[in-house]
Amino acid sequence: MEDITSEEQVKGNQELKEAGQSWEKNISSLQDPEPKPAEPSGVEKGPETGSPPKGSPPRSPPSRASTSLSDLGRSHASPSPSSLQELSFIPSTLTLAPELKNLTTPSPSDSTTTDIPKAGIPHPDLLEQPPGNKEPSHHLTSPSNIGQQFRQSRSHLYGPRNVSRNHCKQEGLKSDVFQEENSNSDYSLDQPEPQVFEEAPSTLETAIQNAKAYLIKTSSKSGFNLYDHLSNVLTKVLDERPDDAVDIIENISQDVKKAQFNKKLDTLQNENEMLPTYEIAEKQKDLFLQRHLEGAEQDSEEEIVENPLPNVMESAFHFEQAGIGLGTDETFRVFLALKQLTDTHPIQRCRFWGKILGVEMNYIIAEVEFREGEDEDEVEEEDVDEERDEEESESDEGEEDGLPKSIYKAPPAIPKEENRTGANKYVYFVCNEPGRPWVKLPSVTPAQIVVARKIKKFFTGRLDAPIISYPPFPGNESNYLRAQIARISAGTHVSPLGFYQFGEEEGEEEEELEGGRESFEANPDFEGIQVTDLVESLSNWVHHVQHILPQGRCNWFNPVQKNEEEEEEEEEKGEEPDYMEQEVGPPLLTPISEDIEIQNIPPWTTQLSSNLIPQYAIAVLRSNLWPGAYAFSNGKKFDNFYIGWGHKYSVDNYTPPVPQPVYQEYPSGPEITEMDDPSVEQEQTFRAAQEAAALDSEENEETEEEEDEEDDDD
Amino acid sequence: MDAESLLLSLELASGSGQGLSPDRRASLLTSLTLVKRDYRYSRVLFWGRILGVVADYYIAQGLSENQLAPRKTLYSLNCIEWSLLPPATEEMAAQTAMVKGRFMGDPSHEYEHTELQKTNDGDKAFEEEVVVRLPLSEARKLSSYFHFREPVLLKNKSLLEKASLDPSLDFMDSLEHDIPKGSWSIQMERGNALVVLRSLLWPGLTFYHTPRTKSYGYIYVGTGEKNIDLPFML
Repeated sequence: MEDITSEEQVKGNQELKEAGQSWEKNISSLQDPEPKPAEPSGVEKGPETGSPPKGSPPRSPPSRASTSLSDLGRSHASPSPSSLQELSFIPSTLTLAPELKNLTTPSPSDSTTTDIPKAGIPHPDLLEQPPGNKEPSHHLTSPSNIGQQFRQSRSHLYGPRNVSRNHCKQEGLKSDVFQEENSNSDYSLDQPEPQVFEEAPSTLETAIQNAKAYLIKTSSKSGFNLYDHLSNVLTKVLDERPDDAVDIIENISQDVKKAQFNKKLDTLQNENEMLPTYEIAEKQKDLFLQRHLEGAEQDSEEEIVENPLPNVMESAFHFEQAGIGLGTDETFRVFLALKQLTDTHPIQRCRFWGKILGVEMNYIIAEVEFREGEDEDEVEEEDVDEERDEEESESDEGEEDGLPKSIYKAPPAIPKEENRTGANKYVYFVCNEPGRPWVKLPSVTPAQIVVARKIKKFFTGRLDAPIISYPPFPGNESNYLRAQIARISAGTHVSPLGFYQFGEEEGEEEEELEGGRESFEANPDFEGIQVTDLVESLSNWVHHVQHILPQGRCNWFNPVQKNEEEEEEEEEKGEEPDYMEQEVGPPLLTPISEDIEIQNIPPWTTQLSSNLIPQYAIAVLRSNLWPGAYAFSNGKKFDNFYIGWGHKYSVDNYTPPVPQPVYQEYPSGPEITEMDDPSVEQEQTFRAAQEAAALDSEENEETEEEEDEEDDDD
Repeated sequence: MDAESLLLSLELASGSGQGLSPDRRASLLTSLTLVKRDYRYSRVLFWGRILGVVADYYIAQGLSENQLAPRKTLYSLNCIEWSLLPPATEEMAAQTAMVKGRFMGDPSHEYEHTELQKTNDGDKAFEEEVVVRLPLSEARKLSSYFHFREPVLLKNKSLLEKASLDPSLDFMDSLEHDIPKGSWSIQMERGNALVVLRSLLWPGLTFYHTPRTKSYGYIYVGTGEKNIDLPFML
C-alpha cells in the first residue's frame, strides 16, 4: 500500500496523492485490525476527495493518466498473472459504479464501522443489498484471496477509474487492454459523477445517498433494482468482452434480467402453479385410469345385465360420414365419460344425446333410463311443495272479514308428468367437459316448457345461472336446458319406419287410459330399409318420441275436471273454454313427412352421405327446424344426435311475446254508482208522510211501526 | 382456414360439431390445390359451408399476392368443381337484405322479391311483375358480409409490411374482437390448449387458435343467416 502511494507521489500526481493520503488517514484513524475491511473505506473515501479535480474542466494532464497506467501495470506485474487478470476487470467494474464499493465491504460489521463516521451512508441500505455484496465480492475473492494482493488491487481501484474518466481526452493511450474497457466505461460513468462530486462534501454525501437510494429502490414487479442490474450488466460485459458491446448492450441487459427472473421463479412463484390445462388433464386421466381399476369388477356384472353403454364410436363414425361430430379424440373422451356414468349409476339404457353449446362452457348431454333405483329425493321435494301450496290456500280461506279478497286465481298449475312417462321418460345427465362430474338435470314441468317456447336465450354453461326473461322462467338454467332438451327430443328424434312398434300389452292399457299409445318396443323382425328409400321419402322416418302438446305435457291433463270439483261457480261461467277441448298432437310413430312446414321451407333435409360411393353411403337426415339435429341410418341402425345452440329455427326473427292483456276495470253499474244525496224537500215530504202514517198506525200496532220507521231512516 | 392445413384445422374446430365428411375432406384437399394453380392464387382458404335446404354450398376464398385486394370467392356443391362467385355490388347487397330464409342449395334458384318485401321461394320467376331475381349473389353477399364483418385474426397477427398484409411471425396472444359486447363466446378447450371463439352474431362461425403457436383459422358452417335476436338471447 505504501509502495503504491509513494509511487504515486513520486509521479507527482497531485490528485492521486491526495486520495492516497486521505486513504491512509482513514486507515490509521479507524485503526482496523484487519487490512481487508479498511480498504473499502479508503476506496470509498478516495473518489470523494479525489474527484472534484477530475470533474473540473482542465481534467488531468495526459502524463498523469499515463503514469497511473504504468503504475497499474507495475502492480499487476508484480503479484501474479492471476491477479493481473483479476485487475483487468475488477477495477473497471468498480470504477463504473463508485458507490458499489460501499457494498463490497466483506462483512456487515466492518462496513458499519467504516461507514458510520465517514460517509454517513445508511446501514440498512448496505445491509439490505446481499446481491450487490455478493457479486463483486465474489469476483474479488475468487481469483486470489491473498490479503496483500487483494489490498493492492483494491488500492488501485480509483487509479484506473481516473484514467478511464480522463481517457476521453487522451488519445495516445498505449495500453490496449485498458483502452477497451475504459472506452466502454466512459459512457456509463461520466453522467452521474459530476453531479455527485462537484458538491461540497456534506451535501455530496446526501446527494450520493439520494442517488443511491433511488437506484437501489426495489422494483415492485421483479424485486430487483437498477443499481444491481447495472453493475451486473457491466460485470457481464467485462466478463465476456464482446466486440461490439455498445451495440448489444440492450440484449445483455435483457439477458441479465432474464437470469434474475429465473432465479426468482425458482424460489417463489413456481410452486402451486395450477394451469387449467393440467387440471383438466388430471381429471381426464382418471377417465382413462378407471377403466382398468373398475373394469375387472364391472365386467362380471355387465355380462349378466345388458350393458347399457352405447357404442358411441360407431355412431360417431357414421356421423362423421355425414360431416357431423366432435372430432375423434373428444368423442372418445365422451365415450369414456359415459362409461364412467354407467358404472356409477344403475342405468338400464344410456345414449349420447348431444352437445349444446354455451357462451362460457358447453354441455355434453347423456340420455339415460334408470333401472330401478331412481332417486326419490325429487318426489319428496314435490310433496313438500304441494303441501306448502295447500297450506297457503287454506290460510287464505281462513281469513274472513268484510273487505273483499282478491278473486284472481292463478291459472291451475298443470302437474308435471311422472318419471318414465311423457316428457320425463328419460333422465338427462350433463357435464361441461368429459372428465368433469355428471350432473343430473331435474325433471321438466309443463310450465317450464311453455315458457321456454316463448323465450330464446343463450346458454351460459353454468347450470345455476339465472334465466332472466320476459315471461318469468320458473327455474334456472338447468331447468331451461332440460326444457330445451325435451323440446328438441320431441321434435327431432326419429327412427326408420318399422324399427319400433307398439308394445301390444302396454299399448292397450294406455289406449284405455289416454286414448293414445305412448310406449313402443323395438321390432324384432325389423328387416331394414333401403338407404335410397330413406333418402327419397320422408315417410320412411317416424317420430319415436311423444309430441309435446301446447299444454307442455305429452299426455293430456284436463285441468277443468279438477276445477269442477272445487269451484263449481267458475266452471259455470266457462272461464277457460280452451281447456275443455283436449289438445291432441300427432300420435307416436308418425312419419316426419307430416311435420309442419316452416313457411315453405321443408322441415327436414335428407342427404346421402356420399354421392361417390352410393353403395355404402348412409342416409343423413337434418332438421331444419332445429338446426344442429341430425339422424342417420344405414338401413339397419340409426341414431340421433344434436349439436348446436339449442335454439329453434324460424324464418322470422324472434319476437318477444306480447304483454298480458290489461285487466278491465269493473264495469260501472248500479253496484258502483250511487244516488244523489236526499234533498231537504225530499226529507220534509218524507217526514210529513211518516207523521201521517204514524198517526194512522198508532191505533193498530205501535211497536212494529216504530221499528219500521227506523229502518226507513236508515 | 388454410387449405394446406385443412385436416388439422378441421380437427381443431370440430368442438362445435362442424366438420366435413371424409370424402369431402379428400376432395377438398385435391380440388383446392388445383384451384390454387388454376386461378394463380398465393393462398387458398377454405371458408366454410352454407347449409342449404337441398344441398350445401362449399365456399373457398383465393388470395392473391396483394392481400389487401378484395378476395375472390368460389363456391362448389360437390367440392370438386368450383365456380367463381361474381362480386357483390352495393345494389345487390341492398336487395339481398330483403331476403330472409334459407338458401335452397340450387345455384340457379332465384329468389323472388316483390315490392312488398315478401319472400317467395318460387322456382323460376317468369311472372310479369316480379321485380328482382337474386340468384347466387345472395351467397356472395353473405360471405362478403362475413369477412368484412368478421375478420377474426389475432391481434398483431398481420403487420402492415410494405403496404400489404403479410402474416408476421411474431405476434401477441391476444384476440381481437369488436364492439358489440357479447357477440363472441370465448372458450378454452382441452384445458388451455385451444382457444375457440364462436360468433354469436353469426352462429356457426368458429374461430380457433392454439396459443403459442401460429395455427389459427376460422370456418363457417351454418345457414348463412345473421342472428339479430342476439340482444334477446344474452
